[in-house]
Amino acid sequence: MRTFLLTRAFYSVITLWLLVSIVFGLVRLTGDPVKMKAEAGADEAYMQQLRQDWGLDQPVYRQYTNFLGNLVRGDFGHSFTKSLAVRTIYFDRLPNSLKLGLAAFAISMLLGVPLGMLSALKPNTWLDSLGKMFALLGLSMPGFFIGLVLVIIFGVELGWLPVLGKGRSAFVWGEPSTWVTFWFQDWQYLAMPAFALGWYFSGAMLRITRSSMLEVIGSDFIKLMRLKGIPEWVVMAKHALKNSLIPILTLAGLNLLVMINVAVVIEVVFNWPGVGQLLYDALVNRDFPMVQGVVLMSGLLIVVLNFVIDVLYAYTDPRIRLSR
Amino acid sequence: MATVTAPRQSKDRVARVARRSLWLMRELPVIPLLVLAMLTFVAIFAPVLAPHSKLDPVKPTQAQCMARYEMANCPYVDNLPPFWLPQSSFSVPLGTDYLGRDILSRLMYGARISLVVALIGTLAAGVIGTWLGVLAGYLGGWWDQIIMRITDAWLTLPSLVFAILLSSVRGPGLWNVVLILTLVFWSRYARIVRGGVLGLREQDFVKLAEINGVKKRRIIWRHIIPNVMNTVMVVFSLQIGVAVIIEASLSFLGVGVPPPEPSWGLMMAQERESLMEGRWWLAVFPGVCITLLVLSANMLGDWLRVRLDPQLRNR
Repeated sequence: MRTFLLTRAFYSVITLWLLVSIVFGLVRLTGDPVKMKAEAGADEAYMQQLRQDWGLDQPVYRQYTNFLGNLVRGDFGHSFTKSLAVRTIYFDRLPNSLKLGLAAFAISMLLGVPLGMLSALKPNTWLDSLGKMFALLGLSMPGFFIGLVLVIIFGVELGWLPVLGKGRSAFVWGEPSTWVTFWFQDWQYLAMPAFALGWYFSGAMLRITRSSMLEVIGSDFIKLMRLKGIPEWVVMAKHALKNSLIPILTLAGLNLLVMINVAVVIEVVFNWPGVGQLLYDALVNRDFPMVQGVVLMSGLLIVVLNFVIDVLYAYTDPRIRLSR
Repeated sequence: MATVTAPRQSKDRVARVARRSLWLMRELPVIPLLVLAMLTFVAIFAPVLAPHSKLDPVKPTQAQCMARYEMANCPYVDNLPPFWLPQSSFSVPLGTDYLGRDILSRLMYGARISLVVALIGTLAAGVIGTWLGVLAGYLGGWWDQIIMRITDAWLTLPSLVFAILLSSVRGPGLWNVVLILTLVFWSRYARIVRGGVLGLREQDFVKLAEINGVKKRRIIWRHIIPNVMNTVMVVFSLQIGVAVIIEASLSFLGVGVPPPEPSWGLMMAQERESLMEGRWWLAVFPGVCITLLVLSANMLGDWLRVRLDPQLRNR
């Protein structure tokens, strides 16, 4: 087990290092951030100043080592437009994204998993086709389209729900009184963005639940239980579901992270002040360090989560840890 | 005797091929194929089919000008409603946008942009990714380690975030979007193709070719690549939908295809204010177009996956 942990940790570090290098390399290959920042006829002195500030006048290998060194110390650079550390701004926005992400996650689980189970229990029936259609639509409609349609129906035509923003409740790191109330207030602002974000992921959950359940139902030990005369619902609820949970939970974990980090278009449509909108604002204002910081942060979280998933797999399934 | 048996064999062969192709065509997704064919047709012949220009406002009639501005002449009439509402006109069946341009024509040209960007981007990514996957899987050793570690690192970033990072450096532009799609998507092919090649490498016909001293380059071209093409086609068809959505999202965020070009995502972004004033169709038309295209591509992809992947066939 220990060797396994060490190998996986080593692989994760390598992946992280490669990811950072790829971001560094691609950014420098595809364009010059200084030119981009100063495109609208900035004078040469200003551009020179910028180059110096970012250390872009140094040779590439120095830039690279500086970049790596700063990241290791947790320094993601400074925002252009807000003159604050990227890290500070990111962590200020994170609770909002977390709130939206968790709500969308709950929707995707509550819709996706039961529907997927029903589809697997009754394959090739009308129920199955309905589930298939639901999943396909969710996977095929861009999130911003679902969002706009919801706004049109519930915001403009019916006027039931507010169309913009996240309400008044705010999360403040230094104020414990907001730590609980934040999550339960102003849910009417949350309903539409959470559903627009959640539909796509419930489609994905439905599919993986269905295929994973089908695989388990077709396996020998389920057949044996049926032969032994154990009631069908016990077989399904107790044994089939339990054994098909691993891929479902893996995807769920990854989805949660993706929802928190990439709800860009949804957050823009609903003006939700989360990490995604931060990314969008940075993109529009050409705040390059901010874009890079948010992207690296989401990459970091995903690598860490992948490592955790690997460890949990190995912990639950001895075949995995013995095979390496 | 040979002359007698030869025709019979070839007849059997014809029957076998016919049976096989009939079997392959089972449950052919007719509607998605029709939708895709129609969209492609519209995209190719947009200059002929479109009733108006994609960039210039529609010249309004006197009656329209009178109704809107109480003047006999005006340069354009914006926000004309679609045909089922009063004050609409049949020469502009889906109405005009906030600059008085014909929505229908813009939607037609929009099909062109979506299809061109998604197809070229996915194709380029497919060529690069397949090639790297074949190299990693067939050569093995250090090649495999290096290529696959890079692929894994590449796959950690969600595709939209990755695309946004690249577009923040490249800026808006149609060919920039194609480049971004290529850079983001090759890794998905590489991962899957490598898995397939690892299995093929152990098969007898590849081993025999190696024993016979066939050159590696020839083995790759003659034996490996034709056998992974099925997988590549499945991934390709499933990636097209994702590519269309990424292009629309980038354009919606203002870093994809730049205005005034009629990208569907951009058209939706430009009509946010119209929504609040009740002109919902301005966002719904392009949205429906995107959904139709992606939905059809996904259904075709699912069908191909079930057809071409033997492990999934009986599900």
